Amino acid sequence: MSGRFLMNGRVAIIGIGTEGFSPVTPHLSFKELTYCAAVKAYRQAGLHPKEIDSFITASEDFMEGYSIFDEYVPDQMGAVMRPVHTVTAEFLQALGVGVMMINTARFKTIAVEAHSKASNIKTLHDVKAFALDPVYLRPLEEDAEFLAGLEMRRFLRDSGNTEEQCAQVVVKNRGNALLNPLAGHGAKLRVDDVMASGAVSTPLKRLDAAAAADGAVMVVLAAEDVARSLCANPVWVDGVSWFSAEGNPWSRDLGVANYAKLAARKAFAMAGKTVRDVDFAEVCDEYSYKELQHLESLGLARPGEAGYLTENGFTSLNGDLPVNASGGSLGVGHAFEASGGMKVVEAVLQLRGEAGAHQVKNARTGLVQSWRGVPTATGAVAILSNE
Amino acid sequence: MGYRRVAIVGAGLTKFVRRAQETGPELSWQASKMALDSCSLRLKDVEMITLGSAPDGFDGVHMKGEYLLSGAGGSNKSYIRNFVGGGTGVFAPIHGWMHVASGACDVCLVVAEEKMSSCHPTPQGAFITIFDHTTEQPLKPTLIWIFALEMRRYMERYGLTRADIARVAVKNKKNAMDHPSAQVAGEYTVDDILNSEVLAEPVHRLDISPAGDGAAAVVLASEDVAKRLTDRPVWLDGVGWNLDTSYWATKDLYYPRYVEKAARMAYDMAGIKEPHKEIQVAEPYDPFDYKELHHMEGLLLCPRGEAARLTAEGYTARTGNLPTCPSGGALGVGNPIAATGLMKVIELFLQLRGEAGKRQIPGKPRVGVAQAWGDLMQVGTVVVCRS
Repeated sequence: MSGRFLMNGRVAIIGIGTEGFSPVTPHLSFKELTYCAAVKAYRQAGLHPKEIDSFITASEDFMEGYSIFDEYVPDQMGAVMRPVHTVTAEFLQALGVGVMMINTARFKTIAVEAHSKASNIKTLHDVKAFALDPVYLRPLEEDAEFLAGLEMRRFLRDSGNTEEQCAQVVVKNRGNALLNPLAGHGAKLRVDDVMASGAVSTPLKRLDAAAAADGAVMVVLAAEDVARSLCANPVWVDGVSWFSAEGNPWSRDLGVANYAKLAARKAFAMAGKTVRDVDFAEVCDEYSYKELQHLESLGLARPGEAGYLTENGFTSLNGDLPVNASGGSLGVGHAFEASGGMKVVEAVLQLRGEAGAHQVKNARTGLVQSWRGVPTATGAVAILSNE
Repeated sequence: MGYRRVAIVGAGLTKFVRRAQETGPELSWQASKMALDSCSLRLKDVEMITLGSAPDGFDGVHMKGEYLLSGAGGSNKSYIRNFVGGGTGVFAPIHGWMHVASGACDVCLVVAEEKMSSCHPTPQGAFITIFDHTTEQPLKPTLIWIFALEMRRYMERYGLTRADIARVAVKNKKNAMDHPSAQVAGEYTVDDILNSEVLAEPVHRLDISPAGDGAAAVVLASEDVAKRLTDRPVWLDGVGWNLDTSYWATKDLYYPRYVEKAARMAYDMAGIKEPHKEIQVAEPYDPFDYKELHHMEGLLLCPRGEAARLTAEGYTARTGNLPTCPSGGALGVGNPIAATGLMKVIELFLQLRGEAGKRQIPGKPRVGVAQAWGDLMQVGTVVVCRS
């Protein structure tokens, strides 16, 4: 696979825009969230939306409260009467599709958007429960988060990591978030606070789970020649891949994030890089145990060692491999399909040296990873660099 | 370098029925298996999969793409769902085209599934939430209402009668009698159509396609792989799509500008300069009889306002100059939304290979166009196929 995917040269991120992320955004509709992010991204890229060749949105109907949400996408992006499409997928997958489109050489510039207006959803847990298979799982009448509890238990048993080490992830990420002006859930916590926060689905506790956030992300991608002519500090998408592991939760190995393993292998091959090249990582931490599980499945930590490395500061802001310097979903807030977008934005800021108080040192290559949440085993990996 | 040429090398289609006994994943499996068998491939030969399906509201499953994943062969593969409302069925192979043309993979499985019967009491229950929640939903509109508006506007603009339009339903339902997947084929007279039960004037029951369940799949391959697999590849030589504003009520409905823009994008890529002369078989989307006429004009297959007259003269019959919906279309074969669009592309595949059996049009056609349409009178998706 290596090389072939990039047969028409490299692809760069030349503009980013965000709005949010906040637990609530009563002053902005979902359209306004997107509009604000889009204006910033286009301005940064130095392009008028008329000069963008095609647009992609990542969204899910039930999260939007509309059937056929694709209808409500074009206006606020400046994309009326243009080639626009939706993927019902995570932002990072949409970014991958954008890279693919530029590699057909039919498109030079692509705008990729995702947003969350989770605060509009009265019954978020019921929406999540609607993702359970209607024949096999829904009759159990369980909140979908029971699967996160099962996964966490299995992962801890298989890997030897501990609940306290998961709690340490929460402490780290919400602490990092205090340094990130985008983040809505920064806090100074102790491991004991997490341990005492009450069970959601044992052993998962309330503070192990990211709280929801509203927000929007827009990223402008460009082919190499356009990027070099327009942008002084392009961030290159060297590799990107998305994978789904076993589709049915009941026949899946819950201890391992196979989707992350498969996607990382392909993304690294595309980039011609290895885990040793990664200077920092933004991985999915919708639940604390997921950060540890993902680090191990991605090959950034050896099996069973992610918790130990976290406890010993290896993944902290000043550690050898800073993980979720942004604060992650735990600290910024979980923005569903847009969460991967927030992490891409963080990686771009880091690689441009614009991350301010949460800047990591010597950032040249970053890994961004996403997961679609329970009950899925779908996720994506992107390798970004500034050289 | 440019993009790689992409061919359709295999196809599968389930029967379209009112209430399938199979679940959505099972329908997806049936179509995928048929498509792979038709070109002697195994699932292990497929690198990436893209699936199209219209709103999650039909199935009542959040993240429907993840739900259908196991049936569509997505486990442990790069799998993604694309979604442009009613335009999805023709967009799905366009999404597949991106996968292969970019070099991301050599073989991509494209699946389209719809199970509308899960929606109780009728799919109209899911359609209420396609409308704007503030300005439109309080009016309790149905989809048929807005089509009635559009049909009336089209009739008024060109001085057409219901009988002028009903001939499309007569033709397509008759054509469908030769289609093994057909749900509502039959021999009807224009009077039968005119005298069927009124739904919302001027739309009567036989002007409209039925809700249905079904799935379709095609296998796409790069040029070198396609030539190894078959001596009759059908090339996806042009792809186009376009999305108009969400504010459908602000525009003149007599002409689908967005379909024209999508068609021009596809024709430009395929090097087609005079579509009315160069296209030899057409499968425009016909969920309502007037829609076939509307779309023929949008696809530039005839002058504006002339489509009804040409239909009356037999120009669009299977033996006419431009056979249109020789499959039987949505009006005859049925309309499980996304599956219908892909059914139309499969019809081109069969017609251009000379394998359409009793439906085969004379004269060895070499160039065809298929189109779908959707969202709130908003999206056009177009592919041009060549043998």
